[in-house]
Amino acid sequence: MGASQSTESNLMASIQRHLSKIVVAPSFAASLFFVYGFILWTGYMAFSKSRMLPVWDWAGLRQYERLWQMERWHVAIENLLIFGGLFIVTCLFIGCLLAVLLDQRIRAEGALRTIFLYPMALSFIVTGTVWKWLLNPGLGLESMMHDLGWTSFKFDWLVNSDMAIYTVVIAAVWQASGFVMAMFLAALRGVDQDIIRAAYMDGASLPRIYFGIIIPSIRPVFLSAIVVLAHLAVKSFDLVIALTGGGPGYSSDLPATFMYTMAFQRNQLGVGAASAMMMLATVMAIIVPYLYSELRGGKKNG
Amino acid sequence: MADIQTYSHDAGWKHTVLRGLLYLVLILFAAYYLFPLIVMISTSLKSLDEIREGSLISLPRVVTFDAWNYAWNEACVGVECTGIKIYFWNSVKMAIPAVLISTFLGAINGYALTKWRFKGANIVFALLLFGCFIPFQVVLLPMSQVLGKLGLASSTPGLVLVHVVYGLCFTTLFFRNYYVSIPDELVKAATIDGAGFFTIFWRIILPISTPIIVVSVIWQFTQIWNDFLFGASFASGANAPMTVALNNIVNTTTGVKQYNVDMAAALLTGLPTLLVYVLAGKYFVRGLTAGSVKG
Repeated sequence: MGASQSTESNLMASIQRHLSKIVVAPSFAASLFFVYGFILWTGYMAFSKSRMLPVWDWAGLRQYERLWQMERWHVAIENLLIFGGLFIVTCLFIGCLLAVLLDQRIRAEGALRTIFLYPMALSFIVTGTVWKWLLNPGLGLESMMHDLGWTSFKFDWLVNSDMAIYTVVIAAVWQASGFVMAMFLAALRGVDQDIIRAAYMDGASLPRIYFGIIIPSIRPVFLSAIVVLAHLAVKSFDLVIALTGGGPGYSSDLPATFMYTMAFQRNQLGVGAASAMMMLATVMAIIVPYLYSELRGGKKNG
Repeated sequence: MADIQTYSHDAGWKHTVLRGLLYLVLILFAAYYLFPLIVMISTSLKSLDEIREGSLISLPRVVTFDAWNYAWNEACVGVECTGIKIYFWNSVKMAIPAVLISTFLGAINGYALTKWRFKGANIVFALLLFGCFIPFQVVLLPMSQVLGKLGLASSTPGLVLVHVVYGLCFTTLFFRNYYVSIPDELVKAATIDGAGFFTIFWRIILPISTPIIVVSVIWQFTQIWNDFLFGASFASGANAPMTVALNNIVNTTTGVKQYNVDMAAALLTGLPTLLVYVLAGKYFVRGLTAGSVKG
């Protein structure tokens, strides 16, 4: 035991501390390059004259102007609002309902939970493929209803340009609502039992206990679910490709498929980049305030 | 939990009716979720003639695995009629290295960021975390340029790189949140005994990390196996992953539409992740909720 040993261990500790930085450095560098660098790159592309090939000539807001003059972009935005709105609301409703129902000491709760949630494990391409088959007007649900005797039943949304986007909602809700159920169920299990018991002793009915106490106390989960679902909606790409291919025509395009078409099929790199930046801005507008409040909340609690 | 049994002021019979209704609704929902899967399986086991004649919900009269065999060995993806099997192996060759590398990096990042905190560790973490939330459209164009420059365009190693880079934020998040709850004393005690950064990681931290490793591996595997955007953007042709091949088979416009083959191919694509879900559902759910609900 002596001074020399403690200097040595100080030195060791300092090396160890640097080791920590060295270990994180590659991931951090990759993130700086592949996330932040690429965002800047795309951001610059959106201000350039790029069409078929990326060029660095400055074009100001030309690409954004072209983007917002395109009928197809407006269709994509409108579809995102329809799709996102219906998708979020329906998933919240089904998810919340199923969670409350499952929270009633149900026999075989585990099996039911597994069934409600399994679509989430599938690729959106698989989901799109199966719903495309179910909804096809020739041999799908329509013909099934005819066979069952309902001969006037008509369901041609998949090939109807006014309705195609709603088929995307149907398939997306099927896939994601079980996930919302899982989030709500976890939250319901965390509600303080003593408060519920007290309300019951005071004579409150079960619906009143739910609407007056339980639902308000899991409000943060609603917010989390909305953020996750909105994020999913903005990023939705695979499902549209597999289910409708953006069609008929471009009637069920979403911003994500619009960007892909412009960038990889139409040789409109600049417009593609501009639409990607609009998507980023949308996601940031949802995520940043949420993360900010989450992190601040975390500090308060911690 | 606030259930009818414990918290109902009503009489017995009303109670029974309510519970009957409850089960009815739950079973109807279960049918709704299972219906597409059952139709998918049943259609894949029918012949094309039977599909045209029969109904969507009718079970196959004659069970045949021809469609499965055809999808696996002969189905045409573009002009190549090699079946979906080569794309299955493409996905395997892409997913395994990408899952292992991103999980390992996530583990060591999480360890460094929590147990050997340096100045600015929180900022580094926050900056890393941001990558989880970007819409990937914003990186597609530069990524295809960079992959081209690296000579990795349309290749499996290129896709591995992409999935590692954009999976890192998730794996780091998982491990960091897990290690935060492990007492620092464990590491301090080991340092006093003279153990260093890596010794502690291998001998002490990794052995107690099994649950979060499972969560991370399952999450990454599901994400990477199910990915379509990166596969379609960066690996066309013979190196395409399975989801891209499936979409090609289904949306091909030439020839007779073989619905049974489409369904068999879709099931084959979905099987690996479904299997993982059935075997380790608990961990799957933990991964899903890790980023969205605070514990």
